[in-house]
Amino acid sequence: MSTTLIDTVLLLMMAASAVAIARTRNLFGVVILASLYSFLMATILLVLDAVDVSMTEAAVGAGISTVLLLATLYLTQSEEAKPIHNPAIPLAVALVTVGLLAYGTLGLPHFGSPDSVIHQHVAPRYLEHGLAETGVPNIVTAVLASYRGFDTLGEVAVIFTGGIGVIVLLRRHWRSDRDEKRRNEENR
Amino acid sequence: MRGDIVLRVIAKLLISFILVFGLYVQFHGDFGPGGGFQAGVIVAAAIIFHALIYGLPMTRRAVPDWVVEIMVAAGILLYAGVGVVAMLLGGNFLDYSVLAHESAHGQHRGIFLVELGVGITVTGVMLMIFYMFAGRSRSSHSEK
Repeated sequence: MSTTLIDTVLLLMMAASAVAIARTRNLFGVVILASLYSFLMATILLVLDAVDVSMTEAAVGAGISTVLLLATLYLTQSEEAKPIHNPAIPLAVALVTVGLLAYGTLGLPHFGSPDSVIHQHVAPRYLEHGLAETGVPNIVTAVLASYRGFDTLGEVAVIFTGGIGVIVLLRRHWRSDRDEKRRNEENR
Repeated sequence: MRGDIVLRVIAKLLISFILVFGLYVQFHGDFGPGGGFQAGVIVAAAIIFHALIYGLPMTRRAVPDWVVEIMVAAGILLYAGVGVVAMLLGGNFLDYSVLAHESAHGQHRGIFLVELGVGITVTGVMLMIFYMFAGRSRSSHSEK
């Protein structure tokens, strides 16, 4: 009961911050509101007992990406340009998509239901034999790192590729950076 | 902000605790919630916090660019290296059971190393992205 109340309050606050993001023209305010949105999402994930996802959301969504967006705002303008298109068509598309997604959730199994299909396949085997086979009590870690080790290697490769992409794109002026550093050292 | 003594003192206190929490999440991931990815972003967030309070040049002195660059590649090399070592010891790729005499011990050891690799790469990539974005000043942009 109290969980439902907390969830409802948090979801209403998230909806309010989403509407505020859409209506605000000052991008600095938008970044802060997006950070607030991420933090509320992290709290909801905590209520849902997904502590590790919550930690990631709080650190990446509310923390690091906010800092990155603020660093980008420093390089650009902090006022959003007036939209050139009529907002009616995007609004209609968004409403239809929301309707379809809401309709789709009607076909999903109940939240946390043990009878749902994904809990019938390999999950029981992991839960029964995981501790004996891997010696790791946290079954999430055992599945991610051992049973699904190859998938996780792929995920790390994706993160690695993202980092390399940022280095390649934003480091074009590395020669001038070095010159600047040398100049600074000479001045010192 | 950089001159504010309250922020500087509080940050100095907090950063060490955030780093210890990151290490806890990394090495206690076998038992509690968390793991390499979470630990990586927490450690990166602590270092970015340092940069916000003390300025990017100071952080770049503490954690130089070349260290971050090596971390980006070292983590994934460690991960794949564990898989290759398992192959050399007679198992399949990423089959940790052969890493110790007992299968479960080998699994535990493999998971530990693999999570460490994930943590190192995630910290490196997050810091690299931050350095790249925050290092671009307006002045160097307009020079071009």
